[in-house]
Amino acid sequence: MLVSIYRYNPETDLKPVMKDIEIDLPEGKDLMVLDVLELAKQKDSSVAYRRSCREGVCGSDGMNINGTNGLACITPISQVVKPGKKLVLRPLPGLPVIRDLVVDLSIFYKQFEKVKPFLINDTTPPAIERLQSPEDRAKLDGLYECILCACCSTNCPSFWWNPDKFIGPAGLLQAYRFLADTRDTADAERLADLDDPFSVFRCRGIMNCVAVCPKGLNPTRAIGHIRSMLIQHGT
Amino acid sequence: MVTNASNLGRSGLFDWLMQRFSAVILGAYALCIIGSFVVNPDMNHQEWKAVFESNVMRIFSLIALLALCVHAWVGMWTISTDYLTSLQLGERATFFRLLFQAGCALIICIYLIWGIQIFWGS
Ligand code: SF4
Ligand code: SF4
Ligand code: FES
Repeated sequence: MLVSIYRYNPETDLKPVMKDIEIDLPEGKDLMVLDVLELAKQKDSSVAYRRSCREGVCGSDGMNINGTNGLACITPISQVVKPGKKLVLRPLPGLPVIRDLVVDLSIFYKQFEKVKPFLINDTTPPAIERLQSPEDRAKLDGLYECILCACCSTNCPSFWWNPDKFIGPAGLLQAYRFLADTRDTADAERLADLDDPFSVFRCRGIMNCVAVCPKGLNPTRAIGHIRSMLIQHGT
Repeated sequence: MVTNASNLGRSGLFDWLMQRFSAVILGAYALCIIGSFVVNPDMNHQEWKAVFESNVMRIFSLIALLALCVHAWVGMWTISTDYLTSLQLGERATFFRLLFQAGCALIICIYLIWGIQIFWGS
């Protein structure tokens, strides 16, 4: 199988190039994209990419696979490449490339940091823990599972245009995770921080984020909830 | 909180609501005009003019005109802050963005004043 990999080292290369590597696939097995990449690295050890858990938990191998963002370790090649066609791997779009498939995620994390992704509650904590009813706990389902792989935000045109101002789907999903948490008491401050023309309102509901989330999460719905909360608080 | 000086209401929610309200008004106005054609398909120019000279229609037209201005400003402002940024244009971005925004503001003002003249002039 032919694997075409985006190669770029900003320190030595003028321009990025796509480099093809031919690899032999084992018979009768549907490999994951990451396995194919490991085989490619055996042929050319200079290929750079991030990976760790190889089971869709750490979120480090988000990349653009034949035009669609996804985690290489849990994307079977049969799902992305038609038989006899090339596997094309590029870095996540819209972010500075450090080397090959490794991108600089600083701005992505900065947006995450902005939403204060931690519980705020100034009341005295009870002796053991702050309890929640099962119903209240259920409100966090579909929110807490995010692994910050950045597949969604780097697939969002609004994030491409304003990565420094628009929080992006990943950050907003987490913003709502804490707005929805009944143990958190900072709703008013959180909402005040989001009520500007960029942080939330740059979302145009294109749903590119939903289309690629490897965890099956729905940032667009969370953004809709934030918008409703802003309307409730602000009108 | 990202601060900005050139959007309509200094708040994202305000702009967002205004864009939707103005869209509803413009939709209603368009329906009203299309409706008047449907009800009276062979309207001549005199009758057409009379429709717009009634007080109700004058007020409605003015509201629709204001809604158009608001809608246009929010939309054009958004376009300018999506595409005319330092990410796309480098250091010259602020100059081009301000120029574009000023141009839009000017055209919107002209439309508004001209529109008022047409609808409310004798
Ligand atoms: S729905 Fe919103 S956040 Fe998701 S990709 Fe579209 S614009 Fe971006
Ligand atoms: S919402 Fe999904 S795609 Fe986005 S960072 Fe979280 S896990 Fe990744
Ligand atoms: S290697 Fe951890 S998510 Fe793919």
